[in-house]
Amino acid sequence: MRPRSSRDESGRQADGGIAIRVRNLRVNYGEHEVLHNIGFDVKAGETIAILGGSGSGKTTLLRSLVGLERPSGGAIWIRGQDLCCISPREMAELRKKFGISFQGGALFGSMTVGENVALPLREHTRLDDSTIEVLVRLKLEEVGLSGYEDYNPAQLSGGMKKRAAIARALTMDPEILFFDEPSAGLDPIIAAGIDDLILKLKRAFGMTIVVVTHELASAFLIADRMVLVDKGNIIAIGTPEEMKANPQPRVRQFLDRVPDPEVSADEGFLDRLTQNLRL
Amino acid sequence: MPVTETLGQATIDGLAYLGDLAILMGRSLHAIIVAPFQGQRLRGQRVVHQAMSAGVGAIPILSLISFFIGVIMALQSAYELRKLGAIALVARAVAISITRELAPLITAIVVIGRSGSAFAAEIGSMKVNEEIDALETMALDPIQFLVAPKLLAMLLMLPCLTTWADFMGILGGATFGVSVAGFTLGSYIQATLHSIAFRDIVTGLIKSVMFGAVITAVGCQEGLSTGLGAEQVGRSTTSAVVKSIFLVVAVDLVFTLLFYFTTSR
Repeated sequence: MRPRSSRDESGRQADGGIAIRVRNLRVNYGEHEVLHNIGFDVKAGETIAILGGSGSGKTTLLRSLVGLERPSGGAIWIRGQDLCCISPREMAELRKKFGISFQGGALFGSMTVGENVALPLREHTRLDDSTIEVLVRLKLEEVGLSGYEDYNPAQLSGGMKKRAAIARALTMDPEILFFDEPSAGLDPIIAAGIDDLILKLKRAFGMTIVVVTHELASAFLIADRMVLVDKGNIIAIGTPEEMKANPQPRVRQFLDRVPDPEVSADEGFLDRLTQNLRL
Repeated sequence: MPVTETLGQATIDGLAYLGDLAILMGRSLHAIIVAPFQGQRLRGQRVVHQAMSAGVGAIPILSLISFFIGVIMALQSAYELRKLGAIALVARAVAISITRELAPLITAIVVIGRSGSAFAAEIGSMKVNEEIDALETMALDPIQFLVAPKLLAMLLMLPCLTTWADFMGILGGATFGVSVAGFTLGSYIQATLHSIAFRDIVTGLIKSVMFGAVITAVGCQEGLSTGLGAEQVGRSTTSAVVKSIFLVVAVDLVFTLLFYFTTSR
């Protein structure tokens, strides 16, 4: 347990232009620790890209930031509030200031695109139906999906689903936007369109944006700073220029897209293959 | 693993599962009864939608099944009563067995097949597609948003469906009574009304409310505990049906014992 004074101190510091502060964060899945001592800050209005390979723990990190995973140690402050110690009601209030675009879109299949986008407004505001309708059209227009209000999510292509999910994430005019793999599984043209959209949102609304991705080109285009996660550890933090100049071998390997050495060249390879066999 | 350890572990798992169901029920009932007084709206439209699909949608198949069960009960009881020269008691046998036991149980089984499985599949797919996570991050409590409307709809619809099944079952018995056992429709209805007490119907309806709670809790719990992947949705659905049938019969036993010992003295 951390001493209360240090939490309060960090909490106050977090108010001064820091939107997200993470310190010594550890997350376990059962016995297995997937994030080890993660720590970084995200300034208000900044776009940060969390980069990492598959299984590096970057999605777990994002899920922890939005309160979907409970850390086994360390702390996360969002807008100065310590996630570990806030009440469910405070968490709900905080989440109203989030917008999250999930990897698969996570649009509600039982609702139309328009109803999906309208849902946060219907649930959290007392706006009348016609105002909500106008706002839904506005948000869909912002992501280039005007006229798709009455479509079912199943009728949309992968890129359109992501756009609709972004429109839903924008509905409550969030202060912090989270994207989980925004361009994964999309063709380069559609992926570039999503990058453009993120840049547009950044310029137009000055939102704090956290993007989890493994797409290097996309990350270098949209990010003010980058966090490179490898095997549950942060191995580098910096601006795109600093990352390009980073000499660490693992950073270079990731940025220069160099594959891991062949497993069969490994000394223990044969032992691993034949272990537990009665030969 | 020794047998005692396996048994012990199974008991602990079973009790933990019942605990999970109780927590889910408690939170849903809180959302239905308390939360509206704390300024949180109860989603009436979703309740109506659920009531229509779980309740009204079940009427055709439930009517047919309970009618057949009524005829079968009349046939089976007439088979024995005929030997005793007491075929006139068919109406009584049908009325009591239908209202006290068969209508609530058949209704519950039809609803498990139609809605309990659907709850598990719907919530399970939402879990797999990150829709439950999306709800949470939109500051919407999945229990308040998804489970509570289903529970309220089921608590309202199960007694209604059971009453309808009572009627259809007795109608089935009457069809046999009028065509084979020498009753007129009027005399059959009179014999039925004479043989059932208000208590018989009420005990059946109380059981049906409990069944509604069990079916919703199990269906939603299985959906919410779905693992990753489409295969898991199928597993949750199967598990919801099997566990619901078992728990409905277990609850039936407990309540029947309770009614027996509280009303037979």
